[in-house]
Amino acid sequence: MDQIINDLSHHIRLNKGFFLWMGFLALAFLACLYAYVQQLRYGLGVAGIRDYISWGLYISNFVFFVASSLIGMLISAVLGLIGLKWVQPITRIAETIAVAFAAVAGLVIVMDMGRPERLAYVFLYARFQSPILWDVTVITTYFVISLLLLFLPMIPDMAVLYKRFGNLPGWLKPVYKVLSLNWTDHPEQNRIIHRSMYILLILIIPAALSIHTVTSWLFALTVRPGWDSTIFGPYFVSGAFVAGSAAVIIAMFFFRKNYKLQDYLTDLHFNNMGKVLVLVAFVYLYFNINEYLVPGYKLKRADAIHLRELMSGHFAITFWLVQVGGLLIPIALMLFRKMRRPLPLTLISVVVLIAAWFKRYLIVVPTLAHPFLPIQHVPDNFRVYTPTLTEIAITLLSFILVLIIITLISKFFPVIPVVETAKEKGLDPLKSNES
Amino acid sequence: MDENTVNNRDEQDPSKSSRRNFLKNIGLLGAGVAAGAGALYSGDIFEKKKAATGESKVLLTQDNKLVEVDSLELKALAKNPTKLMLEKGREGIEGRRWVMVIDLSKCRNARRCIAACQEAHQLKPEQYHLNTLQMQDSPGTAPYHMPKNCQHCDNPPCVAVCPVDATYKRGDGIVLIDNERCIGCRFCMAACPYSARIFHWTSPKDSDKHNGEAYNVELNVPQKLGTISKCLFSADRCREGKLPYCVSACPNGVYYFGDENEDAVTNGTTKETVRLSKLLRDNGAYQLMPELGTKPRVYYLPPKNRLFPFEPATDESPKEG
Repeated sequence: MDQIINDLSHHIRLNKGFFLWMGFLALAFLACLYAYVQQLRYGLGVAGIRDYISWGLYISNFVFFVASSLIGMLISAVLGLIGLKWVQPITRIAETIAVAFAAVAGLVIVMDMGRPERLAYVFLYARFQSPILWDVTVITTYFVISLLLLFLPMIPDMAVLYKRFGNLPGWLKPVYKVLSLNWTDHPEQNRIIHRSMYILLILIIPAALSIHTVTSWLFALTVRPGWDSTIFGPYFVSGAFVAGSAAVIIAMFFFRKNYKLQDYLTDLHFNNMGKVLVLVAFVYLYFNINEYLVPGYKLKRADAIHLRELMSGHFAITFWLVQVGGLLIPIALMLFRKMRRPLPLTLISVVVLIAAWFKRYLIVVPTLAHPFLPIQHVPDNFRVYTPTLTEIAITLLSFILVLIIITLISKFFPVIPVVETAKEKGLDPLKSNES
Repeated sequence: MDENTVNNRDEQDPSKSSRRNFLKNIGLLGAGVAAGAGALYSGDIFEKKKAATGESKVLLTQDNKLVEVDSLELKALAKNPTKLMLEKGREGIEGRRWVMVIDLSKCRNARRCIAACQEAHQLKPEQYHLNTLQMQDSPGTAPYHMPKNCQHCDNPPCVAVCPVDATYKRGDGIVLIDNERCIGCRFCMAACPYSARIFHWTSPKDSDKHNGEAYNVELNVPQKLGTISKCLFSADRCREGKLPYCVSACPNGVYYFGDENEDAVTNGTTKETVRLSKLLRDNGAYQLMPELGTKPRVYYLPPKNRLFPFEPATDESPKEG
């Protein structure tokens, strides 16, 4: 038992590597924060977005963040409720990613507001008809459920570590004590926590489906070619699982290496996550075919312009890199067992994740670049969207925030559930007479 | 009922009654004296003031009536003028259904409408509430110039998606924006199929000069950084009973503007008022993309029988200011 506790918790300490990494993140954060201060002072004009292409990096990034956060639901709820035992060590990683991305997604949308100081108006003058209100509601709900799903299984862990982990940093002890909520492993406590987990795991499925469906509706509820689609909901949800699975695989790889968790995050877990990624990528491919082939066959005038711009026009290079390099080739590669080993799978996941980001860009920008009526008598930067450095820095700011949140959660709490792992092996973590 | 009982009791007790009457009389007398003195005093003040100014002013009331008011009776309202205009601007002008007709056979791309509009709404050269677009529907058909503004849809997609009720549809058909409310999410821009909306990405034109002026929601002036703006059918001019800025500025008789309820529109150049239904019927009027279900309040008359050759627009795109 001590072995498990030590293996899963030895990374919980303040070491040089942590300070270096956090220092780097903090510096990068401050640099990018300066960019946002510029935007607050001079307006959204510091970004490259203009009257026609009025949604750019920020909104693409928002969609990507909401997408990535969806993985918490897939791993914990869907795979967990089916009863797949192997997902158990990954659940906390998935929930951490869900919480981090969902929390920052809310900030990303504020970064896109022309008047961020009027944020409260969204609640003060809330209009039920507006999909933005639906989005705010479901994202908040999803964030709260994800946070609970992260926290509840951690309660027994903290009680155990508080009692039995000698190396727990002194300043963390009171935090653990408070957060463990007097956990004594009493049967009644276990009953309550299992029951709540069960309810939350079921609740998070509709919540997760809602957040990304509603996010897709921000586009699909308009009449613009490229957005005016009835399959945008499932198209976005399946794409979200691709991005999220890739993010989880990358996180698994780093935790395994940095926190020396090779015995707990084994090749089997990577192999299985690789299979999950292939599966969701196939589903996404199916929706992609629907999304492009159906209007492409009919070629209504506005759709034809949109598709031509994507496939052979201004966005062609990005489009084919994303579709072939970021979806088709990874699927083909991951069909082979060798490619689902940790290192190659992680490399593939990095490519998939980057492609997933650009895919959001390809959904948001090209449609706006080709409205129904011609764009005339305006400066050139109104016609062609080029993100500015300030805009890129502000986008990076959101990524840095996600990394900070993931780093803090994973550094100060066990990445892999301790008590569940112990119980899996038939050990009772709160009784000290076992080894 | 109460009075009756009191009277009954008075009759029963005459001594009480006389005392009561005495007090009543004294009270009446006192009140009379006080009122008289007050009247004399205020009359005196009034006379003094009248002697000092004493001129009358002609004012337009909210329901479009001209009234003559003595300047003495004018006093500034304690209420914040911006707030007052915001409240007024939500209501619309009663009984009206504003409508615009654009005769494409007359448009020679003079762009005076644009200049007048940008002047009135404090817009930069690249910011258009109204833009003339060079159109060609298919390779075999003739090119033409098409003024395009907000269509003031009766089923406006922009209003539907606004999260804070900053953009709204009024009873008189006009779609307006409250720039004191707008949060700058630009969902309305994404929703509008006519690309009618603009955004203040940088400080609006002469914003330091207009800083602190009361905001007029029916003119969108002063324009505000980080918020949306668009054509307002010159709601401020409608209230005064005048034609919109663009309509009055056109030298070629392109624009008609009027009230659907009256079935009458007035040409901005010739000032000729014609029957709306007849104008639309006789000229084969159409709307922009009616298949989208937006129900626009702007009608177009097709570019037929043009008495001048088509001259392509010299594409002098303004620089961003």
